[in-house]
Amino acid sequence: MWYLCVFYHRLLDYRRPEVESLAELFGAFEAAGEGIGGPPPRSLEWRLPENHHIDSPFHFVSLPSEEIARNIAKRSILVKGMYELWGQGSSYEELEKAIRDFPDEKKLPYLTSESTFRIIVDSFGKVISFQEQNERIQGLSYIPFKGRVDLRSPDHKFYLMETDNYGSNNGLPPIVQRAIFFGREVGAADRKLLPTYQLKSRKYLGPTAMDAEIAFLMANQGLAQPGKLVYDPFVGTGSILVAAAHFGAMTMGADIDIRVVRDGRGPDCNVWSNFKQYNLPMPISLLRADNNLPPWRPGLREVFDAIICDPPYGVRAGGRKSGGRKLLKGIVGPYTVPEEKRIDHIPSTAPYSLAECMHDLLDLSAKMLVMGGRLVFFYPVVREDGFTNAELPEHPCFTLVASSEQILSLRYSRYLLTMVKTGPYTEEIAESARKKHLEFKENHLKWLEDGNLHSAVFSPADPQISLSGKSKFDRDSKPKYRGKYV
Amino acid sequence: MRLLTHNMLSCNIKGVSNGFPLRLEAEKWVEKEVELNADFLRGIFPKIEWKALAGAARALGYNELPDEADASMLDADDFLRRFHHALLELHVEEGALVCPETGRRFPINKGIPNMLLHEDEV
Repeated sequence: MWYLCVFYHRLLDYRRPEVESLAELFGAFEAAGEGIGGPPPRSLEWRLPENHHIDSPFHFVSLPSEEIARNIAKRSILVKGMYELWGQGSSYEELEKAIRDFPDEKKLPYLTSESTFRIIVDSFGKVISFQEQNERIQGLSYIPFKGRVDLRSPDHKFYLMETDNYGSNNGLPPIVQRAIFFGREVGAADRKLLPTYQLKSRKYLGPTAMDAEIAFLMANQGLAQPGKLVYDPFVGTGSILVAAAHFGAMTMGADIDIRVVRDGRGPDCNVWSNFKQYNLPMPISLLRADNNLPPWRPGLREVFDAIICDPPYGVRAGGRKSGGRKLLKGIVGPYTVPEEKRIDHIPSTAPYSLAECMHDLLDLSAKMLVMGGRLVFFYPVVREDGFTNAELPEHPCFTLVASSEQILSLRYSRYLLTMVKTGPYTEEIAESARKKHLEFKENHLKWLEDGNLHSAVFSPADPQISLSGKSKFDRDSKPKYRGKYV
Repeated sequence: MRLLTHNMLSCNIKGVSNGFPLRLEAEKWVEKEVELNADFLRGIFPKIEWKALAGAARALGYNELPDEADASMLDADDFLRRFHHALLELHVEEGALVCPETGRRFPINKGIPNMLLHEDEV
């Protein structure tokens, strides 16, 4: 069945992948007879209205049932609503004809005299005044509404949505023709969710706490739900796990910084209090551990259903790993802590290169995720000349199902990558990971220099290039409507 | 730290081959009620090293777990409740995890086990 899926005009790359993930979560692919073991990536069928481009808020999506459409809309962050389309047109005459042609047996059950209803007029790229809205609603009198109007909690909500040829706006490609949609709301997003969880009212925050909207998107990509175990190896203040716990998942987190996981800012301002604040179940486990040398027992495999994280990639916060400061000077050799100082010794840590961090994350995930489990994480990419040349990390155990770009500045973006574990963690893979681990250790300094994202993002532009009038980071090279929030 | 975590951790000092199970030295622990999720328990059961769990539970004075367990026992509500209690409702607040091979103590402080290695243990 086709549904009109209307998105918020935000985080454009994230919108369809989120619906696809939620479709998986709510069993859209099981109904199609593909079963849980079917080979991912499984995807939905999508269509765009005529003359609309991919960044338009109006999309059509094929889903097996109204219930699945409703569930997706209710849980989604970027879907404004899902609608059963009763008619569309480029003029109100065309719309009327389409609605009249829409079969009565689909319309009449929602127009009965016992039911209450409401009509909402919405628009994209234009403003419709209150008076015009009323005129448009009056204009729908050819639909035989028998029920009573109830603005507060109607049984059925109908939407009249309009978008016009608004020309190109901030670089957003124009929709060349006016389009009007009329449909019955099947499900809508929970608009209280983000205000409830917004970071400015969160008790314990760190400098890189994950924005609530993105954290929920990540939890959706990771299919967080009751009975599932979600792990964040870079837990920090727990902002990603809070989102996963909101959806009922059990959570576990580790961090190399003991002050963050253990102490916070006092007894009522720490990772635990962030969960208490929203009445969420506490994480099953918080511990201090190094992602480079995880303390999991050797035989432990396939325990997590999802690993969701924002690895430190050295732009706002750099990663650390164990091994001591001497690694900085390239000294790998013996480093002994005197016997009398062992008990209260506080080990120093070494910087952790992005490449090594990614290698460790993929290896850990391959080992510790169940088959079909998901790895969801951010990966930074340097932008040049307004384009991103992304070489995304790969692993034989994983299939990439979504990569969504968020442009953070002229110089760099981050991609939210969603990977599904599709292959077993074999002895060969384990062996090559062990070799790579040693390679990273022995060539610590080289890896640190090669992957230095901080300088690529923050170093001043090459003066010679800017003098010639052609900056490497041309301000016009990015479509203006694309940015941090879209 | 709950016993599920204890069941997953080992001493990973370089060269240590028998770093599991870590001996639990608890100074302070509390019981906190947690909602029972049977699906979660059934899913996690095959991953649990039962002897280590039963041993750690005994170290906290909880003797209701059998010495051995197999998946067929998960059908009994009574067993499920005990398993749930041992795995998720006992919280060690202060104490240490001790490596059975080297005797290295990993402190548990405010419920957080500190598993970070010293520079010369990497």
